[in-house]
Amino acid sequence: MPLRAKVATSVSKTAAALSRAAGRGDGSVIGGWLGLKIDPDLLSHLAAGRAIALVSGTNGKTTTTRLAAAALGVLGPVATNSFGANMPTGHTSALAKAGATPFAVLEVDEHYLARVIDETNPRVVGLLNLSRDQLDRAKEVAMMAQLWRTALAGHPDVHVVANADDPMVVWAATGSSHITWFSAGQRWTDDSWVCPESGHPIERSNGDWWCTGCWLRRPAPQWRVEDDGVVDPRGDWHLVKLQLPGRVNLGNAATALAVAAEFGVRPIEALPRLSGVASVAGRYAQVDRDGRNVRLLLAKNPASWLEAFDMAEQAPTLLSINARDPDGFDTSWLYDVDFAPLRDRPVLITGDRAYDLAVRLEVNAVPFRHVLSFEEAIQLVPPGRLEVIANYTAFQDIRAELDRVN
Amino acid sequence: MSTESTLRIVWIYPDLLSTYGDRGNMLILGRRAAMRGIPVECYEVRSDQPMPATADIYLIGGGEDGPQALAAQRLINDGGLHRAVNQGAAVLAICAGYQLFGHSFFAKGAKCAGLGLLDLHSDRGETRAVGELRGDIDPRLGLPALTGFENHGGRTHLGPAATPLARVTAGIGNDGQTEGAWHGKILGTYSHGPALARNPAIADLLLRWAIGADSLSPVDDTWPDRLRAERLAAAGA
Repeated sequence: MPLRAKVATSVSKTAAALSRAAGRGDGSVIGGWLGLKIDPDLLSHLAAGRAIALVSGTNGKTTTTRLAAAALGVLGPVATNSFGANMPTGHTSALAKAGATPFAVLEVDEHYLARVIDETNPRVVGLLNLSRDQLDRAKEVAMMAQLWRTALAGHPDVHVVANADDPMVVWAATGSSHITWFSAGQRWTDDSWVCPESGHPIERSNGDWWCTGCWLRRPAPQWRVEDDGVVDPRGDWHLVKLQLPGRVNLGNAATALAVAAEFGVRPIEALPRLSGVASVAGRYAQVDRDGRNVRLLLAKNPASWLEAFDMAEQAPTLLSINARDPDGFDTSWLYDVDFAPLRDRPVLITGDRAYDLAVRLEVNAVPFRHVLSFEEAIQLVPPGRLEVIANYTAFQDIRAELDRVN
Repeated sequence: MSTESTLRIVWIYPDLLSTYGDRGNMLILGRRAAMRGIPVECYEVRSDQPMPATADIYLIGGGEDGPQALAAQRLINDGGLHRAVNQGAAVLAICAGYQLFGHSFFAKGAKCAGLGLLDLHSDRGETRAVGELRGDIDPRLGLPALTGFENHGGRTHLGPAATPLARVTAGIGNDGQTEGAWHGKILGTYSHGPALARNPAIADLLLRWAIGADSLSPVDDTWPDRLRAERLAAAGA
C-alpha cells in the first residue's frame, strides 16, 4: 500500500474511534470521509487483495450483508460495513478499521453501485430488488435499473447473484455472463408493471412473470425458499433457523447462502452462523423498558412496510414517521401502504410527520392515538410486547433513546 | 354495474400512473362521499381495459416518462375519456396525468401528443421542481389555499381557454407564477400524489360537481386541518 494510503488509513481509523468516543455516532462515515480527503484512491487501495462481495438493492441490503458476512466467516475474517453506512465513505471506514482481511462483504447504496464496482473490483455482486424509495430525490426505478445494467456490462468478470422475481433486477443483470438466480419473492410489484426493455405490460401468475412484448421473462432460479428452508442448486433442501422474524428474512438468508456459495461456502457450513445473527444495526432488536418488551422494526418505503406488518406480532404498535433529509421530504408513499393489518391492535403514532400518518390512518379506518414522544407511548401500553415500526430517522431517534441498541 | 344514484369514480390506469401514492385520492373521495351517505363505487381501470365513458369522477395520477407516454397514447386510441368529459364528468388530473391532458408534453426527450382536453402544453424546465407547493386558488372556486408537494421536471404553459388553478405563493407549479389549471369540471395540478389528503375542500368540490349540489354536510376534519396548518406553515409563504 502506498505511503499516502497508509497515512489515510491511520487517520481514518483514529477519526472513527474519536467519533465513537465522543458519542457522535458509529464513526462509520467520518473516518472514511477524512481518509478519502487524504487519498482519493483509498477505497481501491484498501480493497486490493481481498475477495469482495457487494450487496445492493432497495430493501434488505443491510440484513443480507450481515447474513452473507456471517456465512463467509466460515472461510476466515470478513470486513463489513455493519452499521448500514453504505456509501464509499462507509466502505472506506469499514475496510480501514478491519485491517487486512481475506474477505469483505459490503452493503452498497444502489446509487453508488457503479462507482463501488469500479473501485473495489468485486468477485460477486448480489442484487436484491428495486422499488420506489424517496422519490423526491432518488432516481426513478427504471433509470436505476439502467445504471446497474451499464455498470455490470463494463465488468463481465463479475459474478452476479440476482433476484429472479424482480423484473427490474433481471433486466439489469441479464447482460452479465456469470449469473446465479435466486428466488426471494417480490411482495411489492407496483414498480414493475411495465417492461424496462420493450415498454409492454408485464404479466404475473403464480410467482411467474413475463413481458407480453419481448423476450424478458423470469429465469429459473437456482436457489429458492421453500417452507421454512432453502433449496440449493443441487435440489437439496436445508432447514433455516433464524432469530430474525418473517418470510422476508428467509429470502435474505437464501440470498446470503447464494452469495457465500460463490466463494465455495456450503449451506451446511453457513447455516449455524446465520442462526447466530440476532439483530442488525438495531433492526429487530428487543429491549426491555419499564416492563415493556420493545421490538424495533425499520420500514423505509412501501415494500418494507408490507414486510414489517408481516413480521410484527398482534401487539400494541407504535408507528413513527419523519421526513428529514435521509427519509426524503415527501410522505405521499403513505398511501401506497395498506395499514389495514393494524386494525386488530392498539395503534399509537408519533414523529415529525404524525399528522400525515393520522390522515392516512383515518382514511384507512385504523383507529389510533397520537403521542408526543416514545416515552409517552411506553407509559400508555400495558406490560408486554410493544412493536415499534419507524422510518429511517424516526428509527434512529428511538434507537438513541434505547442507548443505540444494536 | 350500478344504480343511477350511485356515484361512480374511475381511477385511470393505476398500472401506469401511480408512482406517488395516487391511490389516496380515490380512497379519500370514496370516504368523503360515504360520510355524506352518498353510495359510491370505485373502479380501477387498467391500461389493457376499455375506459368506461359513464362514470362521474375520473382520477389520473403521476408517473415516469415511459408510462406517461404509453397512457396518453392508449387514452387517445380508446376515446372513452373524451366521451366522458364531453358528457360532463369531473376530473382530477395530477402531475404526469395533468400534463397529458394538454395538447402536448415531453417524455424521454420526445414531444408527445396529449389528449387536448385542457388548453395547455408542457415542456422541460431547466431544473426539477421539488418541494412544498402553496398557492391561492382562483377565488371563483371558493376554496382555501392549495397545499401540496411537487416533484416534476416539466413547465406548463396555459392557453386562453384554460384558467390557472392557483397563484403560486411558494414553490414552482406551472412556471413559478401559476399552478395547475381548470376548465369546466376538469382540475389539473402539480400537487402530486394524494393531493386531496391536504386539500379536502377540493375533494368536496369534485363531489359537488359530480352530484350537482351547491353544498355538502360538514364532516370532522380535525386531522386534515392540523395537517394543512402544519404544511402551509412549513411552506413559509
